[in-house]
Amino acid sequence: MTLDPIRKAEQEHFRTLLMPTPFHPRLAPLVETQSWYGWAGMLVAHSVFDEELEYFAIRSTAALFDISPMIKYRITGPDAERCLNRLTVRDVSKQKVGRVQYTAWCDDEGHVLDDGTLFRLGAADFRLCCQERHLPWLLDTARGMDVAIREETQEIAGLALQGPTSFAVLSKAGFDGVEALRPFQLAEFDHDGGKVMISRTGFTGDLGYELFVPATAALSLWDRLWEAGRLHGLNAIGYNALNRARIEAGFIVANGDFVTAETALRADRVRMPDEIGLDWLVDVDKVQFNGRSAILAARKNGTLKHVLVGLEIDDNTPAEAAIVYHGNKREVGLISAAIWSPTAKRNIAIASLERPYGSEILDDLWVEIYALRELKYHKMMKRARVVERPFVKLARRSANPPARF
Amino acid sequence: MSFDAIIIGGGHNGLTAAATLAKAGRKVLLLEAADTVGGGASTVEFAPGFRTSGLAHIINRLDPDVVKAIGLDTSGFEATAMPTAILSETSEAIVLRGAYGESIDGVGKEEAAAFAALRKKLLFHAGLLRRFMKKPPPELGNTSLKDLAAHAATGLKLLSQGREEARDVLRMLLMNVADISDEFLTDDRLKGLLAFDATLGLHLGPRSPTSLMGLYYRLTGEALGASGGQFLPRGGMGAVAQAFAEAATAAGATIRTASPVRRIIANRGLAGGVELEDGEILMASTILSAIHPRTTFHHLVDPADTQTGLSRAIGHIRSNGDVAKLNLALDKVPQFQGLSEADHKGRLVIARSMNHVETAFNPSKYGEYSPDPVMEITLPSLSDPKLADTGCTLSAMVQFAPYALREGWESGKPKFLEIVLDGLERHAPGLRASVEHAELLTPADIETRYRMPGGHWSHGEMQPDQLLFNRPVHAAAGYSTPLEGLYLASAGSHPGGGISGLPGLLSARHILAGGSR
Ligand SMILES: Cc1cc2nc3c(=O)[nH]c(=O)nc-3n(C[C@H](O)[C@H](O)[C@H](O)COP(=O)(O)OP(=O)(O)OC[C@H]3O[C@@H](n4cnc5c(N)ncnc54)[C@H](O)[C@@H]3O)c2cc1C
Repeated sequence: MTLDPIRKAEQEHFRTLLMPTPFHPRLAPLVETQSWYGWAGMLVAHSVFDEELEYFAIRSTAALFDISPMIKYRITGPDAERCLNRLTVRDVSKQKVGRVQYTAWCDDEGHVLDDGTLFRLGAADFRLCCQERHLPWLLDTARGMDVAIREETQEIAGLALQGPTSFAVLSKAGFDGVEALRPFQLAEFDHDGGKVMISRTGFTGDLGYELFVPATAALSLWDRLWEAGRLHGLNAIGYNALNRARIEAGFIVANGDFVTAETALRADRVRMPDEIGLDWLVDVDKVQFNGRSAILAARKNGTLKHVLVGLEIDDNTPAEAAIVYHGNKREVGLISAAIWSPTAKRNIAIASLERPYGSEILDDLWVEIYALRELKYHKMMKRARVVERPFVKLARRSANPPARF
Repeated sequence: MSFDAIIIGGGHNGLTAAATLAKAGRKVLLLEAADTVGGGASTVEFAPGFRTSGLAHIINRLDPDVVKAIGLDTSGFEATAMPTAILSETSEAIVLRGAYGESIDGVGKEEAAAFAALRKKLLFHAGLLRRFMKKPPPELGNTSLKDLAAHAATGLKLLSQGREEARDVLRMLLMNVADISDEFLTDDRLKGLLAFDATLGLHLGPRSPTSLMGLYYRLTGEALGASGGQFLPRGGMGAVAQAFAEAATAAGATIRTASPVRRIIANRGLAGGVELEDGEILMASTILSAIHPRTTFHHLVDPADTQTGLSRAIGHIRSNGDVAKLNLALDKVPQFQGLSEADHKGRLVIARSMNHVETAFNPSKYGEYSPDPVMEITLPSLSDPKLADTGCTLSAMVQFAPYALREGWESGKPKFLEIVLDGLERHAPGLRASVEHAELLTPADIETRYRMPGGHWSHGEMQPDQLLFNRPVHAAAGYSTPLEGLYLASAGSHPGGGISGLPGLLSARHILAGGSR
C-alpha cells in the first residue's frame, strides 16, 4: 500500500498515547492535581485544583471546561435534514437554523446508539456532538442521499463556560449580541480574524454557554475568556465537578447511565429511549426513522423492560453503584450516578430499574449502600423515593435576557 | 381501476405470486420492466433463425405444489427426461440415466454400486431438507406450534431411519462435496460431475466448506415426478414463462409489461404504492417485490423510508455471479467425442475431475476467469427442432466467470470466449468451424439484460449465512419486511434460486395468511 502524504504524516500517531487538546498549553500549568485521564483518546483532567471548589465555581461564579474531546460530526448538503431525520428520533424539519436540539439515535431494533446535541448552523449544515464514535453508521445512514459527513473532532476545539457569571464573562470579553441568545440558540461571533460559534447550552443545568472554534484559534479564545473572567471568579475545572452539576441537572451520560447499543456485549444491556428517560424525544408523528417501528411495537406490546428514574435517598451518604431493592429483599435495579447535592441539599441518584418498579410501583424502594470507612464497610439500607428530574432547577438557566451576576 | 396488490417483477416467481393471490380473490396488478414476462425464464432469437433459452435452460426443480396451486399448464413445454453425460476428450462419456443416475453407463460395477449408495443417501437427506424448502423459513425465537410440529415430523422421519442416518445428515450437511465424494467414489470423472453440480451458480469450489449444500439443494428439486430429474422445456424457457403468465391471467391478475417501477411509495414505515419510470403512480396496500432484494431496498425504496441497519445488511448480501451463458448458432449438429448420437440430447458436462473444478474456481477468487473452465452444455434444437430453422443451437453455462473481472469484461470477454470455444472444440472437433454466431453473456451482461444485480443465479449466494431465516437478510426473511405492506418474493428469498416458483408461492401464501411479521 502506498500512503498519501497526510497518512504518512499521521503514521507516528500511536506514539502519543493520549492526544493533548488544543487548550492543553493553557490548562496543563493549572492542573495542580495532575489527575489526567483519557476521554475519547484525548488527555483531560478529572480535577484542576480542588474538586469541591470547582463545583462551587459552576454554581457560584463561572467555570471553564474543555470539551474538545467531544465527538463532532459535520453534516452538510441538500439531504442533510433528511439524513438526520432518518438517523435521530426527533423531527429535524422542525429545528430552525440557529437552534440546538438535544437528541438521540437508535439502531433498527430501537436501541439507543447514543445521545447528543445537534446544532443547526444553516439550512443544509449541521454539527452533531456526542460521546461515542459513529462514522460508519452515519455514512450508511447517508447512503443514497446527497449529503457529506465528516468527523471534525480534532479540527474544532470546544469550551463550556458555565455558571451564574458566564454571561458577564462573555459580555466583558466583547461578544456583543450574546445577550440575545436564548437557551438552545446559537450564533457566530468574530474572533481572532475568524469566527467562534457560541450556543447557550451546557451540561450543568445552570446559565451557561458552549463555544466552538477552529483548533488554531483555541488558545486566543482561552486567553480572551480568561482575561475577561478575572474579576468574575472564572475557574478552570475538571470532569468531576462537572459530573456533580450534571447529576443535579438530571442529565445522563452514555456508557455511564446506560450502555450504548454498539458497545453492549450482553443482550439485555441495550436500552430503548423509553427505558432511559428519553421517551419525550421520540417523535412518532415525523417521517420514518431508525428504530421507529421497534419503539412503537414495544410501547404497544408493553415489552419495555427498564425505566430510568431519579431517586432521593435518606440521609447523606452517596449511593454510588448501589443496588436498589423493593420491600427490602427483591433486587429491582442499580444506581448509575449518585452524589450528595450541595445545591439541592439532598442525597440524589440516577437509577435504572426493572419495570414495573420505578414505573408503576414506586413505594417501598430501598438502596443498599456500602460506605468504605478506613478499610471497613458501613452497610446501610436506606429508603429511596422516586422524584422528578432535574433535582436542581435554576431560574437563571433560562432567564431572558441572561442576568449579569 | 384499483388493486389490492401490486407485484413488481414478472419473473416466474412474480407470476406465481400473482396467480396465487388472484386465485384467492385479490385484485392483482403485475408490473414487468421488460417487454415480455419471464425474467430469467425466456426464449430469445439470438441470431436470425436461432432460438434458445435466454438464461435458465434446464427444468429440474419446478415445484409440483406450485404447478398445482396456480393450475400451471405444463403440457406446452414438458418434455422427456434427459440424461447427464460427463464428457471426456479421450474416452467414452459416462452417462447417468434416469433421475440423477438411477443407472449409470461407463464405469465399472463396483463404482456404479458406490455411486448408487451415495445417490441413495444424498436423495434421502435431500428429501428431509425439502421439507424446509416447502414452507416459510423457521423463525428464530418465535417458533409457532405448527412450526414445531413440522420440525418434529422431520425429526421423526429421521429417527425412523435409525440413529446412524440422523447422525450422518448432521455430519454431512455443512461438509464440502470433495470430501464426501472421496469418501464414496474412486472415479475422478464422477467426482468432477458432483463437484460441478454442487458449485454451479455459487461462488464456491468443491473444497470450499459447505459446498455439498449446493448438491443437496439441486436434489431437493424434482422434475417429471422424480427427485433429481431434468428436462429441456419445449419452446425454450420462454414457453415456461408463457404458461406461468397464462396461469396468472386466468386467475384474474392484470399483467403490464414495459412498465419498469422506479420507486416504492411509503409513508412512516408503511408502503402503499409504486411510481413507474414514466411517472405514473399506482396505489395498493400490498406491494410484493419479486425482484432482487438489493434493487428493492437500495433503488426502489427511498433510503429515508428504511432503517440504516437494514440497508446496511442489504448492502452486504453477496450476490456476484460466476456463471456465463453461451449461446451458439451452429451450421450443423456438433459431434461430441465418446458420446452416442441419442445422448447428444442430454445435459453434457465438461468437468474432468474434482481438481478440474477446483482449479477452475481458484482464479475467480482473484477476479480472473478460468483459463480452463467447466461447463454444462445442451443442444436445445436437437429435442425441439422448431428452435432452429437450420443447423443447431447450443446453450451452455460456463463456470467460473467472476462478475467483477479485474481486467474488465470489455477486454476480457473476447479472450474468455476464445477459451470457451477452444474447450468445446477439444470435445467436439470441428465445432469452431461451424459457429455462425456466438453470444456470450458474462454476469455483468446478465445483470444489465435481466435486471439481476451481480448477474447471480439465485439473486444472492446460497450459503448458510444467506439461507432460511437469513435470506436475503434476517430483518427481511420470511417475506415480510420492516416496511409494512412491502413483501419480497424473488429467488433472493427463501428457499432460493432456480425455476421452482416456491419463493413466489410461499410469499403469496404468507400474505394470504395475514402477512404478519
Ligand atoms: C446464467 C444463469 C443460468 C441459469 N440457469 C438455470 C437453469 O438452467 N435452471 C434453473 O432452474 N434456473 C437457472 N437459473 C436461475 C434462474 O434463472 C433464477 O433463479 C430465476 O430466474 C429467478 O426467478 P425470479 O422470478 O425470482 O427472478 P427473475 O427471473 O430475475 O425475474 C425478475 C423480473 O423482474 C423484472 N424487474 C426487475 N426490476 C424491475 C423493476 N424495477 N420494475 C419492474 N420489473 C422489474 C425483471 O425484468 C425480471 O423479469 C440460472 C440463472 C443464471 C444467472
